[in-house]
Amino acid sequence: MVPETRNLKKGKPKLAVCKLASCDGCQLSLLDCEDELLQIAELVQIASFPEATRHFEKGPYDLTLVEGSVCREHELEMIKEIRAQSRFLVTIGACATAGGIQSLRNFADAKEYVSFVYAKPQYISALATSTPVSAHVAPDYELWGCPVNKEQLVEVVNAFLNGRKPNITARSVCMECKAKNTVCIQVSRGTPCMGPVTHSGCGAICPAYARGCYGCFGPKETPNTASLADWWKRELGAQEDFTQRSFRTYNAWAPEFRAESEKHGKK
Amino acid sequence: MNGESSGYSALTPAQFGALVAALRQAGYAVAGPRVADGEFVFGDVSSSAGLAAGYADEQKPGRYLLSKSAKSAALFGVVNGQHSWKKYLFSQQETLWRARGSSGGFSVEQEPCRPAKSAFLGVRPCDIAAIRVQDAVFTGGACADTYYKTRRENALIIAANCTRASGNCFCDSMGSGPRARAGFDLAFTEVAENGAHYFVFEAATAAGKQLLSKCGAPAASAAQTRKADALIESARAAMTKKLDAKNIKALLYRNYENPRWEQTAKRCLACANCTMVCPTCFCSTMEDQTSLDGAQASRARRADSCFTLDFSWIHGGGSVRPAASSRYRQWMTHKLATWHDQFGTSGCVGCGRCITWCPVGIDITEEAAAIAEAEAD
Ligand code: SF4
Ligand code: SF4
Ligand code: SF4
Ligand code: SF4
Repeated sequence: MVPETRNLKKGKPKLAVCKLASCDGCQLSLLDCEDELLQIAELVQIASFPEATRHFEKGPYDLTLVEGSVCREHELEMIKEIRAQSRFLVTIGACATAGGIQSLRNFADAKEYVSFVYAKPQYISALATSTPVSAHVAPDYELWGCPVNKEQLVEVVNAFLNGRKPNITARSVCMECKAKNTVCIQVSRGTPCMGPVTHSGCGAICPAYARGCYGCFGPKETPNTASLADWWKRELGAQEDFTQRSFRTYNAWAPEFRAESEKHGKK
Repeated sequence: MNGESSGYSALTPAQFGALVAALRQAGYAVAGPRVADGEFVFGDVSSSAGLAAGYADEQKPGRYLLSKSAKSAALFGVVNGQHSWKKYLFSQQETLWRARGSSGGFSVEQEPCRPAKSAFLGVRPCDIAAIRVQDAVFTGGACADTYYKTRRENALIIAANCTRASGNCFCDSMGSGPRARAGFDLAFTEVAENGAHYFVFEAATAAGKQLLSKCGAPAASAAQTRKADALIESARAAMTKKLDAKNIKALLYRNYENPRWEQTAKRCLACANCTMVCPTCFCSTMEDQTSLDGAQASRARRADSCFTLDFSWIHGGGSVRPAASSRYRQWMTHKLATWHDQFGTSGCVGCGRCITWCPVGIDITEEAAAIAEAEAD
C-alpha cells in the first residue's frame, strides 16, 4: 500500500489531523516533533491540526492522520466522512488502531460507568463500546502505541512524501531490547514482561528501567500470548488477575490481547 | 591470530592489573565482564578493579541469577551472560552508504568504518569458537564484509578458560570448550580458592607475548598449571547438558516432518531472543531511509532474525514461514545442520545463551533429544 505521491497534482499535499475520542497524546507527539514539524510544514499544507491550530480547511486530504476511537454516536458518521475525504488514511495510536484504554468499557456495562462518573449522566451520549477505526472503515496504515512514537510518526509522513513503505516492523519489543543490549528482566529478575508478545516501536523503554513492558504498542505479529501467560503462572508465580490486567491495558480490545485476557481472572 | 602456545606464566592479581594497564597504555580500548545496574554485561574496563569481582551466575532454561559472595575473590567467576562479543563485532544497526541528489543525478558515499584498537578481556572458549564461526561467515567467502573485517582485525583476544560451567553450558558436546585451544592472543585460567589467587597465562601471538612480558610475571610452577588443568576438567565434568553433535545433522535432515515441531511451536513466542543472543547468528535486513524532502537517502543494515515474518517475506505472497513451527525449525536446523553445508562448521558452539535467555525456557538440547525420541517412536 504505497501511496503514489509523485503523481500528486500541482501544489503541496494536504495533510489533516483528525480527532475522535482520545486524550490528544498522539497529536501532542506530532507537536513534539519540533524540528521535523517545521520541515513537514514546508512540504505539506496543514489543513487541519486541532491540537496546534484553529485553522481548518475542508477536504479532500491527501494524508489524514486519525487519532482516537469511535466512542460516541456522531463519530460513527464522522469516521465515514473522514474516510471519504482522505486519499491515504493512517490511524495513529492505540485508540484509533485498537480502541484504546477506553475500550475497557467493552468488558463491562458502560451505562453503569457513566452513572458513576458523571453528575448528569443524561447528557452523555456514549456508545456501549469503544472501537478502532478499522471496525468502521479501512485504514491504509495503522500506527501503534500509547502514545505513538514520534520518530515512527515522522517516518510514516516521510514514507508518504517519498512514496515508499515506512520502515516499521511488527517484530517483538524483545528485539529492540536486545538491540540496545538491555539485559532481559524477565529472565534475570523474574519480572513478567509483555515484550515477547508486543509490537516494537517504543524502543524498549520500560525494561531499560527494570520494569516489565506494559504492551503499549499492542500485539506483535503472530503473538503467542497463551505460552507467555502460562510461563508467568508456572515459573513466575503470576496471579490470574495480574495476567488479565496485563492484557487489558491500552490495547485491551486488540483481538489477541482481548482473547488472552478473557482466559484469566474474573469474567 | 592462531598460534602455538608456549610456556605458561603465573600472574598475581596485581600483575593481572598491570596487564590491563599495559593494554590501555598500548592504546587498546579494553572490554570485559562487568556488573552494571545489577546486571552482568560486557563493558569498558578501565582497570581490573572494574571487573565483576566476587560475582557468580546460576542459569537454567529461561532464568539467570547473579549473586555476589564476599568470600570469592574471582574476577571471572561468572561463566557468561546475555551479551556476547558480537556486540562489538557485528553492529545491530549500521549505515552503509549515503546518497545525495543533485541536478544531474545523485552521488553515493560509502560510510567509513574506523574502529578503535580493542582488547576483549575474558573471552570464553565457546565465544572464541563463535567468533571464528562469524569470521567464516563474514570474511570466509568471496566478498568479505568490510565492517566486520575491520573491527575484527583491530581486536585482540584474551581468552578465559572455564573453571565452572553454567547449568546451560554444553561446549563439551560441541567441542568448543571448556579450554581454549586456538584463536586467541593470550589465554588464562583463573585460580581463586583456599586463599590462593593467580592466573595461569599462555601467549599465542607476538602481540600477546609482548604484553605478557610487560607484567613481569614468573613462569608458572608445575603445581600451578596442574591446578588450572584440574579446574578446567572439573568444569567439563560438571556440565550436565549434552547434545549428540555427531548425529544431529542427519537427524534433522531426516525430520523436517516431526510432531515435535508443532509441540514446540505451542511454547515458542517467535520473539527472536534466541537468535539475538546467539553469538553466531548473523542475519540482517536492509533499510532505506530518506530525508523528508527526498534530497538525501541512506541505506542501513539492521539485525534481523528468522523468527520475524518480514525475514521470509516473498514478493506478493507474504511470509513463507507463517507458522511458528516452521520458524523454530528453520532456526534449529540452520544452527545444527545446514550450517555445516554452508560454512563447514556447526552454527552452535554450546554457550547456552539461547536456553537461558528464551523468555519461556525452550532448550535446544532438549529439543534435539525430543526429535530423536519422536523419530524412534
Ligand atoms: S525485558 Fe521484556 S522486552 Fe526485553 S527481552 Fe526481556 S521479555 Fe523481551
Ligand atoms: S544455538 Fe544457543 S547454545 Fe548454540 S551457540 Fe547459539 S546461543 Fe549458544
Ligand atoms: S538461525 Fe536464523 S537468525 Fe540465526 S543465522 Fe540462521 S537464519 Fe539467521
Ligand atoms: S525459542 Fe524462545 S527465544 Fe527463540 S523465538 Fe522461541 S520463545 Fe523466543
